[in-house]
Amino acid sequence: MADEVVILGGGVGGTIVANLIAKESNGRAHVTVVDSSGIHVYQPGFLYVAVGLENPAALHRPESRLLRRDVNLVIDRATRVDPAEHTVFMEWGRPLRYDQLVLATGSRTMLQEVPGGQEAHDFYTMEGAKRLFKALRSFQRGTIVIGVAGIPYKCPPAPVEFAFLLDDYLRSRGIRGHTQIKLLSPLNRAFTIEATSKLVQPILAERDIELTGFFNVESVDTVAQTVTSLEGETVGYDLLVLVPPHRGQQVIEDSGLGDDRGWVPVDKNTLKHTRFEHIWAIGDTTDIPISKSGSVAHYEATVAAAEIVATVKGEEPPAHVYDGKVMCFLETGQGKATTIQFDYDHPPVSPTPARRWHWAKALFNKTYWHTVPQGRLP
Amino acid sequence: MIGTHIDKAIDARGMACPGPLMTLIGAIRQGQVGQVFEVLSSDEGSKTDIPAWVAKARHELVEVVQDAGYAHFVVRKAR
Repeated sequence: MADEVVILGGGVGGTIVANLIAKESNGRAHVTVVDSSGIHVYQPGFLYVAVGLENPAALHRPESRLLRRDVNLVIDRATRVDPAEHTVFMEWGRPLRYDQLVLATGSRTMLQEVPGGQEAHDFYTMEGAKRLFKALRSFQRGTIVIGVAGIPYKCPPAPVEFAFLLDDYLRSRGIRGHTQIKLLSPLNRAFTIEATSKLVQPILAERDIELTGFFNVESVDTVAQTVTSLEGETVGYDLLVLVPPHRGQQVIEDSGLGDDRGWVPVDKNTLKHTRFEHIWAIGDTTDIPISKSGSVAHYEATVAAAEIVATVKGEEPPAHVYDGKVMCFLETGQGKATTIQFDYDHPPVSPTPARRWHWAKALFNKTYWHTVPQGRLP
Repeated sequence: MIGTHIDKAIDARGMACPGPLMTLIGAIRQGQVGQVFEVLSSDEGSKTDIPAWVAKARHELVEVVQDAGYAHFVVRKAR
């Protein structure tokens, strides 16, 4: 009899896991994906929507079209997991029993956790990105502040990329001379990785983007139009863009499967839950202190899928475990980009920003739908 | 040997991104005043970054203990 494999979440990680298990298990697994919307969203595109470089409609497709035909899709909201009974409860439908469970529920953004932060702009949701572009289109002069209001957050390079793309956008409108861009960084440099910061900081200076270090946004005063840091500094703004605090999904918190922020504790190599058998977590969902990004979800998904395939076939676990691999692009504006690659054992390297990396990112964004969800890229 | 009671330990060895300091900042933000956090980091930069941020944010660096290939940073949330 086939094992029931249930995957919560139809994002990049959940979709790859589902397709790979269905393909590789030779009928030993019956795979079900549970997703609350049934719509697969390509989140890296939000950054481009926020500066008018991407059409929002190009960033979503029905999840059913990305899954193999032998994967069952349930469009419903998982409300609670009972790991003792191997059961997932739904908002509307009947409970699902599982033999193996993958938590790929991702993260949610919580601007409401920042005192005064609800009115700030963000590019971490489709709605936020569309609203931000609308505000930018009517922006004529003044100071635009970009800050980080919580750690961890998705796509660590995104605030720096947004600063560069915003600079391009304001120049294209001929209003850069009337505007200031201030980038507030949580660290004493532009970006977590020192080597990448060394590449990026001279370009920030060249583009007249003011960098303030050790500024972790704590609160916003919408009347005075100021933002104050955890470290005790205050900066004024005319338009405020925040990276919102993130946390795990409600179902994780309500099921007692995560920590106090809803991140699921897993072994950093096998991605197995540290407390419950037959449960894996991948992507943003985990508590591993590594980038919350599509690339991590992608690499982790292939590892979790191979482990689950071995489990349902009754074979030895595969030798290959997750080695901490991360690969990101970082747009540096004016048609150039760099990349960042590393794993648990190898420190990050970034090439000099060049046009070819920008085009590689653009190509990846366009071809994503035909390669990544199906597990066609390693 | 760490001689202080640790409320939350973070193993950030081998993690370049978001990195040990970012993870510590995240934990301190969520923590209560008086709680003690321990970060394990194999990143050389942590030896300057973590003390610099702790001083700027006016928390307390309780101790730094070097181990084989990594260091323990023990930080108390002071305010």
